[in-house]
Amino acid sequence: MDLDYSQFLSMSHEVSLVVVLIVLLLADLLIKNKKAFQYLAIAAFALHTVAGFYSYTDLAGDAFAGMYVSGAAQSFVKNILNVGTLIVFFFSFEWNNNENKSGVGEFFFLTLSTLIGMYFMVSAGDFLFFYIGLETASIPMAALVAMNKKGTEGAEAAAKYILTASFSSGVMLFGISLIYGACGSLYFDEVQAAFTNITALHIFALVCFIAGVGFKISLVPFHFWTADTYQGAPTGITAYLSVISKGAAVFAFMCILYKAFANEPDVWQNILWWLIVITITIGNLFAIRQKNLKRFLAFSSISQAGYIMLGVFASSQTGMSSTIYYILIYMFTNLAAFGIISAIENKTGKVGMDDYNGLYSTNPKLAFAMTLAMFSLGGIPPFAGFFSKFFIFAAVAEHGDYLLVFLALLNTIISLYYYLLVVKAMFINKSDSPIETIKIDAMSRVALLVCVVAILVIGFISSIYMNIYEISFGFAN
Amino acid sequence: MIPVEAYLVVSTLLFFIGVYGFLVRKNLIGILMAVELILNAVNINFVVFNRFLYPDHLEGYIYSLFVIVVAAAETAIAISIIINVYRKLKDVRVDSINELKN
Repeated sequence: MDLDYSQFLSMSHEVSLVVVLIVLLLADLLIKNKKAFQYLAIAAFALHTVAGFYSYTDLAGDAFAGMYVSGAAQSFVKNILNVGTLIVFFFSFEWNNNENKSGVGEFFFLTLSTLIGMYFMVSAGDFLFFYIGLETASIPMAALVAMNKKGTEGAEAAAKYILTASFSSGVMLFGISLIYGACGSLYFDEVQAAFTNITALHIFALVCFIAGVGFKISLVPFHFWTADTYQGAPTGITAYLSVISKGAAVFAFMCILYKAFANEPDVWQNILWWLIVITITIGNLFAIRQKNLKRFLAFSSISQAGYIMLGVFASSQTGMSSTIYYILIYMFTNLAAFGIISAIENKTGKVGMDDYNGLYSTNPKLAFAMTLAMFSLGGIPPFAGFFSKFFIFAAVAEHGDYLLVFLALLNTIISLYYYLLVVKAMFINKSDSPIETIKIDAMSRVALLVCVVAILVIGFISSIYMNIYEISFGFAN
Repeated sequence: MIPVEAYLVVSTLLFFIGVYGFLVRKNLIGILMAVELILNAVNINFVVFNRFLYPDHLEGYIYSLFVIVVAAAETAIAISIIINVYRKLKDVRVDSINELKN
């Protein structure tokens, strides 16, 4: 049987990323200067990002007999992931120059390998393809987490990450194998047709599957690895894990729920309802007592994951568009927070909440940007985070579950308390030895500026949400 | 002929032994072995479903091949990370890796 090579045209994102990967692999052999290599890598990836925007409109189609599906929504999500990764590269520039002893080439190669895995997850049309993407995204990630060679923290974080990741994919696979046994196929559309007349087998399969993916998105009660891994990993990688990797996993999960399990939404909506409520609540309550800012953001990102899942729960076109919108805004906001933490950590090595006391007196600009990020994460108008929360709540309300909206709103108030704790530390608390005035490098400054501008204006450009709404889809049937 | 249920009982037992092992083992290598048990349970499931329920196509067989390959990659990374932990701490028991705490 002849292979139709034109199907690779619909995989333009993947093909171009593979080209970037090969170029970087060769360049790593030739260019010994760390700085020169980083400029090349960032330029190549930026080119790929721009190309992604230009190719995305006329791409629709599938490859490998429907295992790979690409449409406007998938391309849009891949573009979001690209932009986020680019920002992470900008923030990691200084760290790569000074601290990274394991090799800069490896950093870029591993990061982009995980990115290609996320592309596969996002574009999956079949459980096999989804699984391969998930593993391609999570195995190199363990190596990235272990890149911090100083002390034992990196090794410990990586050990916790890889063991829970492989366990969770084992549980997820068990679910998939039962789905295969019950439905006789692994294609999402064929599973959808066969996933009726629910029995205990179907429900157990679904529970295993959701539990396995829940580990990746770090929903409570599958969140125990999150805080330790976030704390031990290099800060750039933590940002990548908390935003890019989570966003891709949520989108892929949403596609599977909407496509494969569309016939019996009640079953998984019930599971998700409880997962969302405990995720938001537990994430919030634990975030309050954290003293290390990376751990603090880890728990904050757990509770944010709960908010993102609200859009998935809504299971409609509005639900999907509000989820993508939330991922977009959450990306800029969280990356801004992590960028500041990473810049300060690179210069001074401080990540404690108390270390930030009096930051405003020495570094007013950084304190201001951090305040914006915290306000946006908390959902205070007029910042972008308010609009993303608004659309998500509107989607759930449209679905008709007012109790869930109420519980989520209640939790937003709790979350405001701990986000403002950081602001209070920076502006009000006095300190005898505040962090000295630091000058962050040009790359981080550019990335931070982009994030801050995005936080300020993205909520007001309503055409962004309308665009996302047009390319979203609800249930496939 | 051995009925299909017998195979499924074996695979389910294997799965839950793996989950139990993951939760109670104190040694990182032991935890890794427990995960392997889970993956083998999955493989048995795929092969059995394919052989007995849907014998006219190959999806399950192919999936189990992929699971084997990915599990090998995963184990390689996990073992190297565990060696890294051992070099730093001279120990691979769970109790001794507890530096990351609030």
